[in-house]
Amino acid sequence: MSKAHILKAIQHNKPEHRPLPDIPGFESSGIDIVQAFGSTSAQNGTRVVNAADFSDLESTVRTLFPEKGKIASTLPDLTSEVNLQNSAPDALVDVDIAVIGGQVGVAENGAVWVTEANCVHRVLPFIAQHLVLVLPEDRIVRNMHEAYAQIKIDDTGFGVFIAGPSKTADIEQSLVIGAQGARSLTIILI
Amino acid sequence: MKEHATKAAAFIKDEARTDWHDESLWFVRSKRDKAAHGIPEWEQLRELASQIKDHTLSHLDEYLEAFEAKAKENGVTVHWAADAAEHNRIVHSILQEHNARRIVKSKSMLTEECGLNKFLEEQDIEVIDTDLGERIIQLKEEPPSHIVMPAIHLRKEEVGELFHQKLQTKKGATDPQYLTEAARQHLRQSFLQADAAITGVNFAIAETGGIVICTNEGNADMGTHLAPLQIHCMGIEKILPKAKHLGVFTRLLARSATGQPSTIFTSHHHKAKEGGAMHIVIVDNGRTTQLGRPDFRNSLKCIRCGACMNTCPIYRRSGGYSYDSTVPGPIGSILTPGIDLKKYSGLPFASTLCGSCSDVCPVKIDIHEQLYKWRQIIAEEGHLPTAKKQSMVMAGKVLSRPGWYKMAGKSARWVTRWLPRPLIYNPLNTWGKARELPKAPKESFQEWYRKNRSAS
Repeated sequence: MSKAHILKAIQHNKPEHRPLPDIPGFESSGIDIVQAFGSTSAQNGTRVVNAADFSDLESTVRTLFPEKGKIASTLPDLTSEVNLQNSAPDALVDVDIAVIGGQVGVAENGAVWVTEANCVHRVLPFIAQHLVLVLPEDRIVRNMHEAYAQIKIDDTGFGVFIAGPSKTADIEQSLVIGAQGARSLTIILI
Repeated sequence: MKEHATKAAAFIKDEARTDWHDESLWFVRSKRDKAAHGIPEWEQLRELASQIKDHTLSHLDEYLEAFEAKAKENGVTVHWAADAAEHNRIVHSILQEHNARRIVKSKSMLTEECGLNKFLEEQDIEVIDTDLGERIIQLKEEPPSHIVMPAIHLRKEEVGELFHQKLQTKKGATDPQYLTEAARQHLRQSFLQADAAITGVNFAIAETGGIVICTNEGNADMGTHLAPLQIHCMGIEKILPKAKHLGVFTRLLARSATGQPSTIFTSHHHKAKEGGAMHIVIVDNGRTTQLGRPDFRNSLKCIRCGACMNTCPIYRRSGGYSYDSTVPGPIGSILTPGIDLKKYSGLPFASTLCGSCSDVCPVKIDIHEQLYKWRQIIAEEGHLPTAKKQSMVMAGKVLSRPGWYKMAGKSARWVTRWLPRPLIYNPLNTWGKARELPKAPKESFQEWYRKNRSAS
């Protein structure tokens, strides 16, 4: 009932047709987008490292996290210590390191697109203490316009751009890393 | 309702605190400038965002229907609420259906506007706000004082004392790192126990039937992905036509809000998780009325970044509470009078009309012009306070009669030159309360002109 009422009120009150603008390409040349991605990520508090290929993943992750920790991996090249298929989402609360594949990286803001197809459990990249995203270097685009052109946001039921470790500045504007989500974000560029 | 000026006067009594509040917000404004200046096409993006919103508002009914149809295809249940009361009833009935008693909530100015927390608590439902700033003020039993930084008015010592009492942190501890860690541990328990998660919505996409939520803490995600039931509450104006339009708005939002290139998490929800349920509540609550006001409908473009508050010389020096409105600051001062003109007739006067709000607005809302327009409506409808009304009537008479004007000028020059201070700076002279009157010249411009120029 309220639906009809609201729609009627809109029809009665809305302004006359206004055109929908086209979004231009915002061309920029001479920018090394991989380098730009690295420096923006660093500003966001993200650690960016390089690995030669997926077979290097195991040793790269071990070097990054020398202290022992429970690893949940959704990538075939890295053994998962947690059986994700058989775990309930809240059982993931003791995961120390989640290693997940990213689909697209964005140079202008250091964000990486991840969907539930990459995560197995939607909560995994948030509930783990530390998050590692693995991204092929050639999947980096310049800006959000290009990113949205590359992805289909409703490909799966859930997708997220992650642009750093969970953070807050709610107490006197002091930046604190590690609010409710992962305490650190590492991006491994392949 | 107490006038904004009265509440602001109470706020600025503590001068050191006022300065600190002012500087904290200016710091955020400066970060915004730096982020905006880093994007060569910034002004173009603002114009695009404004035009996309213009277009969407002109077809809002069609986009809302398309959105609902797509969301239903995705298995999402969509509800429509005409006002705050209906919104609260709907949310409550969804919770009851799912037998949900423990709720985690992420930041939503809409549920704040509707008074959802209080309503649910009265029905014996536990609601935990999970954004750190919101949790702080919830524990303190206060409303938010800013739409992006709800606890911006509190010192770390106050948060430390609060957490000591409520979360058993060490007495006297004030380190933000330590206090945030305590909140993290406390909130993780709430996330794991929650029966349902309620969130606000930053953007809703008509083309795909999905919603987008932006946070830095990841609290909305911890809530929605752990609880079996997710409920998203949105105003009708959150709609964007297509996914590609998110490119424009995500570039503007975080840069305008906090000077970050992006919020840490930009989450796109289209379907419930396996075994879960997803509901969306679409709320009017006065928005369609605002849409029907040609002078004020632009305010519906707002994406709630808070940039206008951070830059406003009045907001920075009077604090969010002085507005007595869910959305304070310049944007609140044009939105809230649309809901209750009589009650909020003072708000459009809480501005110097300097226009800084309009300059930083990422969707180019003409905020200061709307403030000016509200003032005229308030005067026409007779809501001006008596003192202001009388002085305006008097000023009108003087300014429309050259003889009176000359006389007034002469006596003002005489008065300010010869009367002793206590007589001039009397309680009736509110302008002179915190300001010095200018030194009056001996003669008026007219007198000077006649003497020096009129002969030639």
